[in-house]
Amino acid sequence: MSGLAKFLEDEGLATTLIALVRQQAEDVSPPRALWVPFPLGRPFGVPNDAPFQIRVLKSALALLDRSSGPILEDFPEDAPADPVADDGEGWVCPVNFPKPVAASEGEQLDRVLAEIQELAPWYEVSLGLRGRTTVGASGLKTEDAARYLASFAADMMTQSPLEGVAVADALRLSAEDIKAYYFEAATAQPGSGSPQAVLQWFWFETQAAELIRTLRDVCITSKDPAIFDVGDFMLVDTLGDTPAPGMTSG
Amino acid sequence: MARLEDMDEGLASFLRDWETPDVPGSAWVTPPPAGERRVALISSAGLKLPGDRPFSEGSNDYRAIPAERAGDVVMDHISVSHDRTGFHHDVNIVFPLERLQELAKEGVIGSVADFHYSFMGATNPNEMEAKARQLAGVMKADGVNTVVLAPV
Repeated sequence: MSGLAKFLEDEGLATTLIALVRQQAEDVSPPRALWVPFPLGRPFGVPNDAPFQIRVLKSALALLDRSSGPILEDFPEDAPADPVADDGEGWVCPVNFPKPVAASEGEQLDRVLAEIQELAPWYEVSLGLRGRTTVGASGLKTEDAARYLASFAADMMTQSPLEGVAVADALRLSAEDIKAYYFEAATAQPGSGSPQAVLQWFWFETQAAELIRTLRDVCITSKDPAIFDVGDFMLVDTLGDTPAPGMTSG
Repeated sequence: MARLEDMDEGLASFLRDWETPDVPGSAWVTPPPAGERRVALISSAGLKLPGDRPFSEGSNDYRAIPAERAGDVVMDHISVSHDRTGFHHDVNIVFPLERLQELAKEGVIGSVADFHYSFMGATNPNEMEAKARQLAGVMKADGVNTVVLAPV
């Protein structure tokens, strides 16, 4: 972002930016930057808190009134507690799935499809409540995204189901859509947990996460560097890479 | 919590060791008075509309998002290191176009551009230079004189 700001300013546009990693803004030194002490992925603090988001945005815009720079200022507030979640301690997803297992390929897909079906009513509630969805990066139905990932995990010669989209991108986007579907459905339920609790649930209690880990293990054997990279760092985050507690085999 | 000391050690050390590319230049533009600012939003979250071309590793181009479609964006960023749950709840946590429109109504800014944009921020910014300069011309044609940039 800091580099982009410098190019745009050089073209005659006034810029102001939010910085999440202070050190990077210090190093690149864009004309105007507001560092915010929020988690990565949350540059405007918290969801569904318009007054707080407005304060962040106004603070960034206020830097435009300064007469000289470069400016790197710190936003003085931490993000308030997330209003869309309780503390999440001990949260259990009300839709009860069987314990995820290291299943055979066909079984694994069947279990994921069953989960998607069980979550469907809550995904629909989410759509109704939010009026939008972040599922749709791949353009595939969630069930078809799961079928594609399972198919590729079983046979790496499986072609991209998306016209003009490389296999590596199709895999990544399909996995993103599955994660988004699960998160939206889980957080639409009454008493939904904190983001961390929902992530814990996804990575340790769903077969979909097992499928994504299986896919990761397959991708990192690929000789295609793009597919290898997808497996290496684009599918499973640090939490998802932690050994799952109570994982059974069979 | 984007303080390195609050992060998972693996991510913190990745960011700490990240060699920030040298981006030359120190241009400074004096913006017009607040009421005359026409503002566009640029996110590096790899946002796009469903059906748009996907971003890839190393993508240096942008996707255009018409203001009236801002609520439809999906995230297509290659990194799994950042939280997406806030975005699942509320697009404004990443792409606060509704907030910008509210500020235009309040008179804090003059107006909101018709189009907004997203890059995929994991790419070296120097690889984005040509597209960024081209985009500056596009934004000026939309009457834009001020840009808010937000990372993810």
